[in-house]
Amino acid sequence: MEIYDSLCHIVGTNYVSCEPEDLFIYSRDSGAQAPRHVDFVVMPKTVEEVQQVLTLADAQKIPVTPLGGGFSLSALVVPQQGGIVLDMKRMDRIIEVNELSRYAVIEAGVSQAALRAYLKKHHPRLQHSTPEAPPTVTVVGNALIQGHGHITPRYGINSDMINSMEVVLPTGEICKLGSAALSPSWYTRGPIPDLPGLFIGWFGTTGVVTKLSMKLYPRPRYRDVLVFSSDDIDAIPEVIFELTQLDLLEDFFLITQEKPDWMNHIFYVVIVSAHFEEELALKINTFKNLGHKIGGGNRIRVVDNLHPALRTRFLDVPPKAAVAADFRKGGGFEYSAAILPFDKVPEAWRKGIDIAHRHGMIASYVHQVLTCHSIMFGFNYSFNRADEADIDAARQAIDESNRVTLDLGGMIWKGETGAQQLTMKKMDPNTANLIQKIKKAMDPNGIMNPGNWEVQ
Amino acid sequence: MKYDDIIHRCFRCGYCKLTEDYTDFNCPPYRKFRFESYSPGGRMWLIRAWLNGEVQTSKRFQEVLYSCTMCANCVEHCIFSFSDDLVNIFTAAREEMVADGNLPPTVRDYLKSLHTYGNPYKAPAEERGAWANGLSLDIYDDHDYLLYVGCVGAYDERGQQITRAVADLLVKAGVSFGILGSEEICDGNEAHSLGESGLFEMLARQNMALFEDRSVTRIITVDPHAYNAFHNYYRKLGANFEVFHYTQILADKMDALRLSRRTRETTITYHDPCYLGRHNGEYDAPRRILNACPGTTLVEMESHKSSALCCGGGGGNFFSDILGGGEESAARIRVRQARDAGARIIAVACPQCAKMLEDAIKVEELQDHLEVADIAEIVSKVL
Repeated sequence: MEIYDSLCHIVGTNYVSCEPEDLFIYSRDSGAQAPRHVDFVVMPKTVEEVQQVLTLADAQKIPVTPLGGGFSLSALVVPQQGGIVLDMKRMDRIIEVNELSRYAVIEAGVSQAALRAYLKKHHPRLQHSTPEAPPTVTVVGNALIQGHGHITPRYGINSDMINSMEVVLPTGEICKLGSAALSPSWYTRGPIPDLPGLFIGWFGTTGVVTKLSMKLYPRPRYRDVLVFSSDDIDAIPEVIFELTQLDLLEDFFLITQEKPDWMNHIFYVVIVSAHFEEELALKINTFKNLGHKIGGGNRIRVVDNLHPALRTRFLDVPPKAAVAADFRKGGGFEYSAAILPFDKVPEAWRKGIDIAHRHGMIASYVHQVLTCHSIMFGFNYSFNRADEADIDAARQAIDESNRVTLDLGGMIWKGETGAQQLTMKKMDPNTANLIQKIKKAMDPNGIMNPGNWEVQ
Repeated sequence: MKYDDIIHRCFRCGYCKLTEDYTDFNCPPYRKFRFESYSPGGRMWLIRAWLNGEVQTSKRFQEVLYSCTMCANCVEHCIFSFSDDLVNIFTAAREEMVADGNLPPTVRDYLKSLHTYGNPYKAPAEERGAWANGLSLDIYDDHDYLLYVGCVGAYDERGQQITRAVADLLVKAGVSFGILGSEEICDGNEAHSLGESGLFEMLARQNMALFEDRSVTRIITVDPHAYNAFHNYYRKLGANFEVFHYTQILADKMDALRLSRRTRETTITYHDPCYLGRHNGEYDAPRRILNACPGTTLVEMESHKSSALCCGGGGGNFFSDILGGGEESAARIRVRQARDAGARIIAVACPQCAKMLEDAIKVEELQDHLEVADIAEIVSKVL
């Protein structure tokens, strides 16, 4: 109770819990990973409270797992060694939007929905990169796990959009990184040593990011979607190359699902945006014309009469992707997310279908082209949460998909513990050692989300 | 438990917590407590865990279950096909808890009072019609409508003021109606939402027998809670009378009232009661009335209609107060929203909302800027 009392002293009794009901909820996420133990849930409001919690945890050697929206689906923010879950959602202030320099400074608990609604109301000419995730997920959490959004093909993945940040180190120091280190304007990440990189992709193992400056971008007035279909798996790299070569995309997906039958094709979903109607029409026509030319006009065909529900699904920002994910109607979904070069897509495509079939599932893909250089290839597994055997099958399918990804020379995005261990095992040993050295230097007592990025 | 075949389907994606345009969190217990356990998704997962024996009945679990105001924001904004059953699932879980006999004290006390006295105020039944003293209203006897009041409108001092205003307006609008006075019986909406389905059914059947005995075919309710019970639950028990909230009758009678101009232009915002709005889809009638009042400028709060924030009194919380107060309580947030909309008056169409919001205005120290008035009271002032 000494720890509990100390935590209550820091953030207030109402925002600390060791009640079994709260621990139950925070000990699992919506994916297929098995639940894990949690000792406390703490909801700080200020950076000073975060600092005091980390100072206490460091002194007592209690693990701390910072939590944003908690929707990685791979249990990244479910503690592996118990301790404190630091739920950041009460730190929900949008501190500044600098319209002219196009950036927003926000706290770690600001949701995608909150930032989007705020921009729509106060800065309608600007937008941020919104991921294909429920609106309750946090902007900071998504950026820190190297997520990607609806304008990624044009501007890069969301972690590329980080300007500056405020972090609390495991030992309690509060640091400002990027231009925030020497200027009141949080407008750029360089040109100084790239310290934000010490907190991006580390899954909370190096400290707690409390504030972030994110780049904002022009918000075009018009958007439309054009869908091509094909059954030629081997043509996928060429088609992606040609469609991205135009450099006119706002967003770009590849989608398929074996059932219903009409979905059992390769769909190239091209989303374009424009500031003027004429510009939009020009872009749509340009893509249509290109579609007639790729591979002599035999590779892809335009999908006419796109169903209005699909049009909405593609154009919604954020899209209601959770409904599509729940295609088994069992309340469970997890995917193994491969970051692949385009030329590896056909092989991954076939192997993913094979994995799904071996586990008695239908194959279902949603892939997002990230930039002109790589694709997030999602091996999707929907499962019945009420069926342990089904959950286990999903776990096995995810593990097999992870191995396929690494065998193909790909990388696993926001992988669960098993994926991280496979990655560390395959990684250049000196790189793996460097990761450990950095973690040890920053977190000498190993309190930050331990179990992640560790060599077994 | 009913619905246990779908309860695992909640994905905890969180749309249920938000307004339609995602501007803000709109689930009263989640806004107050902020732990995921208090969100609709957290509640779904915990109910399933409770049924599976993974969590036990506890004060915390009771708070998670009974702090829900049944406002149906989750029903409105959940993106899955089972969304219509979310409140039904929470009600079914409460029924299980009632069956276990292990209830939060304030819930237990409410139900005990209702069972013993027929009302939550522990007041004698013969005082139920006291609100009408001096109004010269008819006891129902072959009138066009029965005016049904409900416990809050009949016994609570503030509720009585609203009921009298409603009755007075209906008289002035030329509506033929009668009342039941001391013979009125609780509608049972709160008993239903607190999970006491047996008590609810007993009250419903008593009411239905009474209405049948008096040949009641059309009812006007003062309270949206009663409207909800009659409209949704009684029909499932075979009731075949028509039911209207008083604003639905009044909206079509505004021309019959001789309205005069206010002495001062007043900016009013309307707070949608959950049991009239989201539960029953009536958003326009109250606004039509307000727009017909001379000298009134109607402004909307950012969260309105299907995205209106509950006052915090639904699902039995008006009596049980499991949701409780504090800066982040729904009622206090709601009056701040009204202030931010530039309103001087929060118009309500529910005596329970009126009480909740008036208390919140006092705590927020907004008495000099904001007041609560029932729509009937607002119309009365421009007669």
